[in-house]
Amino acid sequence: MNVLVPLAVAVPLLGAAALASLGHVSPARVDDVVAAAIALAVTVFCVILIFQSSHGTIHYWFGGWQPRNGIAIGISFSVDPLGAGIAALIGALMTAALVQSIDYFEEEVPPHFFVLMLVFLAAMVGFAFSSDLFNMFVFFELMSTAAFALTGYRIEHRSVLQGAINFAVVNGIGAFMLLVGIALVYGRTGALNLAQIGQVLSRHGPDGLVVVAFALIVVGLLTKAGAVPFHFWLSDAYAVAPAPVCILFAGVMSDLGLHGVARVYWESFSGVLGGHADGVRAVLIGIGVLTALLGALMAFLQSALKRMLAFVVISHVGVFLAAIGLLTARGLAGATLYVVADGLVKGALFCAVGHLARRVGHTDELIAHGRGRSLPITGSILAVGALGLAAVPPLGTFVSYALVDDAAGRLGDRWLPPVLALATAVTGAAVLRAVGRIFLGLGPDEDDLLVSVPRGEEEDEGERNAPRRGFLLWGPAVALLAAGLGLAFAPGLADHAIGHAERFVDRPQVARETLHGATSAPTPPAHEHVGTSSYALGGASALLAVGLAWVGLYRRRIPRKIRAALDATFGGVVLRLRLLHDGVVGEYVTWLTVGAAAITGLLALLTR
Amino acid sequence: MSFLPYALAAWLFFVGLYGVVTSRHLVHLVVCLGVMQSSSYVLLLAIGYRTGKKAPIFTSGVPVKLGAVDPVVQALTLTDVVVSVTATALILALVVEIWKRSGKLDPDSLRKKET
Repeated sequence: MNVLVPLAVAVPLLGAAALASLGHVSPARVDDVVAAAIALAVTVFCVILIFQSSHGTIHYWFGGWQPRNGIAIGISFSVDPLGAGIAALIGALMTAALVQSIDYFEEEVPPHFFVLMLVFLAAMVGFAFSSDLFNMFVFFELMSTAAFALTGYRIEHRSVLQGAINFAVVNGIGAFMLLVGIALVYGRTGALNLAQIGQVLSRHGPDGLVVVAFALIVVGLLTKAGAVPFHFWLSDAYAVAPAPVCILFAGVMSDLGLHGVARVYWESFSGVLGGHADGVRAVLIGIGVLTALLGALMAFLQSALKRMLAFVVISHVGVFLAAIGLLTARGLAGATLYVVADGLVKGALFCAVGHLARRVGHTDELIAHGRGRSLPITGSILAVGALGLAAVPPLGTFVSYALVDDAAGRLGDRWLPPVLALATAVTGAAVLRAVGRIFLGLGPDEDDLLVSVPRGEEEDEGERNAPRRGFLLWGPAVALLAAGLGLAFAPGLADHAIGHAERFVDRPQVARETLHGATSAPTPPAHEHVGTSSYALGGASALLAVGLAWVGLYRRRIPRKIRAALDATFGGVVLRLRLLHDGVVGEYVTWLTVGAAAITGLLALLTR
Repeated sequence: MSFLPYALAAWLFFVGLYGVVTSRHLVHLVVCLGVMQSSSYVLLLAIGYRTGKKAPIFTSGVPVKLGAVDPVVQALTLTDVVVSVTATALILALVVEIWKRSGKLDPDSLRKKET
């Protein structure tokens, strides 16, 4: 029994309870430091767990209820290096967010803010560790509820209320679909443990019920992840949450949904659906590519930085989903490393945007045009982060991108890596363009192509308060960025990730270990060599990002004729897309329903 | 085993969904969400039900007789109720806040009047 496993969840929960009862006695800064210390402790636990679990997955059965005769009676956490890696990312981002909030908030922060943050932390780590389907649902809901409340923290703004309501309703329905899927699986198998579900399901071929249950579970998890067409709530919510909270949302919450998809597929459904892997692959990669491209396009059309970064999150969720959807160990390894590296970069970007909001009062690139000239460090963080988003070699994100490239190449999907590189390049370009406008004063300060927030309706929390300064506003961004980009230089990282992913996808062996206490198979050795084609694509992505950013800034220098032709071709589509993303909650739920029906239908067709 | 509970669960699901999609009033929308939630309670209980079997109440000292309905789904339902009540309470709190700020409860009034 490894005591660190339950502690990673129990410590923040106990800390939350302590702060809820005693937090109002102590000053807000003390509460904040205590919460940050707890988050740091969780990070350390999870990093230790990465190393401890690298020799074999750690199973922790609550109350000592071990499986008897291959039947799971109790509930367990299973920690493997990939899950522990994501949990460590959660801890690191939460630490950064809590450190930033020491200097971020103007007012005396009520203790319930830190209570919510710690519950959020515990729920995310619990979700990453759970190997029981219903427990996953409970942690998923706990995480969502804490997240709704944190989104609505600045409850005095109209847009905040709108964002929080959309978030809560759409995710509520997504979670409900997840639950119906779980109920169907339980009805069929009588099991809730992922490995045991896999054992029972793999005895028979797929039928309607199995496919519908799988589709509903995937839809529920993808709603949280923000995949198209379940993504509409995401940009509304992330644009209005306080910047420290956004570090968590953007850095890891969305990607946890994808981790759930990978886990449920490999542990429970890969046996029964394995004969039809091509169908599942087509659906997942299809959603992934659509999400990556639509998210990138919408990011490029935003002028408000937080909303832009929200669409960057959506776009990258698509990239990760396509990588997971390759359904190979190498694709999963690439996706997981990518989630960690990119999560650190996105966290750094949101942290820097928080600093900008506090110093300048605006984060809309058209309004804040040229007003960031006195903040060279923030500008540099955003610029380097933008290159990280574009997966420029040799940064940390590039290493994971190269793995995905390799995995797609091995399957013969040669078209996929360039498409994903295009999406990441466009997201990088959008942020670079904003950096050029705000920090260098380049380009005009108006652009009818961009979606701008009407003046007086700004979503930033900074505008009414006096400017704030402080090392803690931007210090965490530097640390996160350095960690995210420096991952590339950890020796043998890709090889280790592939080895652990190979173990993760070996369903029969995982089931033997979980249910029969078999000893772990040694991690198969792997040797990853970054090919020249990956470097070429990474370089092309960098050039494209810079080029597109320039086009975004100096669109007016393009000859009038070409501009008119482009407008005539794409103007209508762009306008329609913008209108689509300015909907109300009923429309978003309609899209959720349509998407769920489409995914179920496609899966049913392709796995016949 | 009757087909009826499953039909009822499906009916509650689609009626609730229709209500959420077409709602013109935020409180009404939350109630419709509640209707959808109750469909999952019916579904869970239906899955664990065994015709003619007793409630799964076991006490120490009394010999265990097998043949009760599945207690696991009942535990799941209870957890589900707790979870969904929390979410509902939170959304209602947001709705009250919207009412205080704008005096309107039409979801359309939340549109970002941008384009």
